[in-house]
Amino acid sequence: MSFQIKENADSYDVIIVGSGAGGGMASKVLSEAGLSVAVVEAGGDFDPAKDEDRTQLRPPWESPRRGAGTRIRPFGDFDAAIGGWDIDGEPYTRKNGTQFDWFRSRMVGGRTNHWGRISLRFGPNDFKRGSIDGLGDDWPIGYDDLKPYYDRVDKLIGVFGTKEGIYNEPDGFFLPPPKPRLHELFIKKGADSAGIPMIPSRLSMLTRPINNERGVCFFCNQCNRACQIYADFSAGTCLVHPAMKKGKVDLYTYSMVRKVTTDDHGNATGVSFVSKVDMKEYKLRSRVVVLGASACESARIMMNSKSKTFPNGIGADSGVLGRYLHDSTGADRMGIMPDLIDRERYNEDGVGGMHMYTPWWLDNKKLDFARGYHIEYWGGMGQPAYGTGMSMDSMRQYIKDEFGNPSPNGGYGEGLKKDIRRIYGSTLGMSGRGESIPQYDNYCEIDPNVVDKYGIPVLRFNYNWTDQEIKQAKHMQDTFEEILTNAGAILLGKKPGPETKYGLAAPGRIIHEVGTTRMGNDRSSSVVNSNCQVHDCKNLFVVDAGPFVSQADKNPTWTILALSWRTSDYIVEQLKQKNI
Amino acid sequence: MNRRENLKLLFTGSLGAGLLMTGCEPEEQVVSGQLFEGGTPGGRTEEEKIRDAKLLADSFFTEEERKKLDTLVDIIMPADSESPAATELKVTDFIDFMMLDQPSYQTPMRGGLMWLDFEADEKFGKTFNELSKDQVIEIVELVAWPDKSDPAYEGGVRWFNLLRNLTCTGYFTTEAGWKYMGYKGNTPNVWDGIPQDVLDKHGLSNPPQYANLYLKPEDRGKVVEWDDEGNIIG
Repeated sequence: MSFQIKENADSYDVIIVGSGAGGGMASKVLSEAGLSVAVVEAGGDFDPAKDEDRTQLRPPWESPRRGAGTRIRPFGDFDAAIGGWDIDGEPYTRKNGTQFDWFRSRMVGGRTNHWGRISLRFGPNDFKRGSIDGLGDDWPIGYDDLKPYYDRVDKLIGVFGTKEGIYNEPDGFFLPPPKPRLHELFIKKGADSAGIPMIPSRLSMLTRPINNERGVCFFCNQCNRACQIYADFSAGTCLVHPAMKKGKVDLYTYSMVRKVTTDDHGNATGVSFVSKVDMKEYKLRSRVVVLGASACESARIMMNSKSKTFPNGIGADSGVLGRYLHDSTGADRMGIMPDLIDRERYNEDGVGGMHMYTPWWLDNKKLDFARGYHIEYWGGMGQPAYGTGMSMDSMRQYIKDEFGNPSPNGGYGEGLKKDIRRIYGSTLGMSGRGESIPQYDNYCEIDPNVVDKYGIPVLRFNYNWTDQEIKQAKHMQDTFEEILTNAGAILLGKKPGPETKYGLAAPGRIIHEVGTTRMGNDRSSSVVNSNCQVHDCKNLFVVDAGPFVSQADKNPTWTILALSWRTSDYIVEQLKQKNI
Repeated sequence: MNRRENLKLLFTGSLGAGLLMTGCEPEEQVVSGQLFEGGTPGGRTEEEKIRDAKLLADSFFTEEERKKLDTLVDIIMPADSESPAATELKVTDFIDFMMLDQPSYQTPMRGGLMWLDFEADEKFGKTFNELSKDQVIEIVELVAWPDKSDPAYEGGVRWFNLLRNLTCTGYFTTEAGWKYMGYKGNTPNVWDGIPQDVLDKHGLSNPPQYANLYLKPEDRGKVVEWDDEGNIIG
């Protein structure tokens, strides 16, 4: 590989690394303030409105693998997100026999091309967990600091839901929610009799227009494929591309950032990156650098930003760079609903996710674990795709003939074909997504022995769940069984027990990892201040989920967006006051 | 020219990048039934295009194995008054592609296909492809019923489960499979809840407290307006 360094003649007010939720929001706010912006993205550009990029509404027979997942699209051949858990030439390693799986999307919009669009605000308690249960730390900011930004995000991007008045599940500016699907009403029956609330979900899809620039949802259930009329949120379609149309925004694609460059005074001067196209090193200069590369990738860039002034990397003197890495907990259970066998056919695709969900409803003081979880529900007559018709060697027994005799498992022929048709749309299930306790000993660091194909040192992970998360997963399993059984479903599979940590997903698998550049007022226990400004380097900011002190039982995206907007406003103000 | 060579040409033609030089004139695309030929469209990376082209130009099964599979997939998913047989939907081609796409399938699948000849020889002194329909069914019966089969055929049962899975999923992911299933979606529409007769049949109703809050189809064209408290006012 070549080590020729190319200095770009251009200099920008701001360089933003990454174009996902955090970087995308920063690109919009900063460019609208009149600043010149470079967005540096490790993957390619992507616009689902262009037919050559469209996977929406394609039937499975347009894929030779009928929509099955691949290495770079593990969630299916039509999933919009390019990257996955295992990217060729971009390895990561693990330590001490522990596991952490790192999901990355290399493209404009980043992982917002994949996520389920579950758009929950953190509540007042979510910023003060340390004070509430004595585990971990409080954020240096509270809900009131972020509320105005959540409000603005709701109005800019759009989220449907209902005002519920639940203290720790703050209401916002909601679009009308869609009515429930049939399996959701069955589950609600089960939840009601277990005393568990179920309310309309809060997803960022436009059930009504918020402006004249984006279309409204036409209910195809395929948000993960990216919407050709922009009726759902992704950072590319709703933030980066609009910013490029309106303001001074240059997009650098296939550009893998190696480090933040600094001067002798410890100020950031720009970034150095490798172009994946010609494998050459380039430099860009700017007055401010904003990292939005994802919690782990931004931490990696800071660790790799070694210089005379920062011999251990930027932010490393805090001793916590890369530490307190934590993902949401996750566990699932599935059942089959006899009442839904032989069901009537109609189009129930709906939006690309659940129409109802369960927010956390219990008091941890009465439980043997510290933090809560929400429940996501699934089922219904989804599009037959790769996987449909499988498992009849164990599922066929649930289908009964007119005399009540069960079909035999397995088999072949016309009867099997009919049974697959009869069972279609009758399975359903749920997934818990909960809050874990941030740990100093769960971290990513630079692996001293491994580099990626661009010659950049890679991350090494160390991560263990604690009893808190395991007990929470156990509680999830008990709850899932109660809801499914009360709903009239037959449980499928064996109840996960202690041998599998009650089905607790491996760290990283829920793709909500946060905390690696956490915020705080004390520079010896935090990497950034309450404005997401790096303590050691005042013109360097982090706008992804790295600054999260704790990751609630909510999905992080809405908070990334609100925080990035707040940080961007601070950057504009600091530039005006000539403080940076 | 066999199908694979044909595909190879087609794909080279559509990529136009000379990825796979063949030296032949591209032939006109033969539309085979309802199946789309070529790699997956839509936002593909160069690596994906190259990989799909390579896999589609290649094949895993021998002619003999394909013949066995054609026999078996039509036993698993036969034609009936409402729907075609698996071979009409090119299910064997799909299974062949999956062997290359997910190579962990290869050994168990090939092992099972080899076992068929062993069993055919033991029972009838012939290869599997030489058997009569009744003789084939006699062998299928040994491995088709996981809860009832002789434990001695455990490995065969596991293989037949795999074959059943791939055959059924290959069948139901075609246009004819969707039609048989009665799937109504994958098309722009307006979701306005479960049809009333379905609600009535199951004795269920939408939660009444949200009746005035749910999306009204007639509002989908109107830009939303809120008051300061987040109530929709227009």
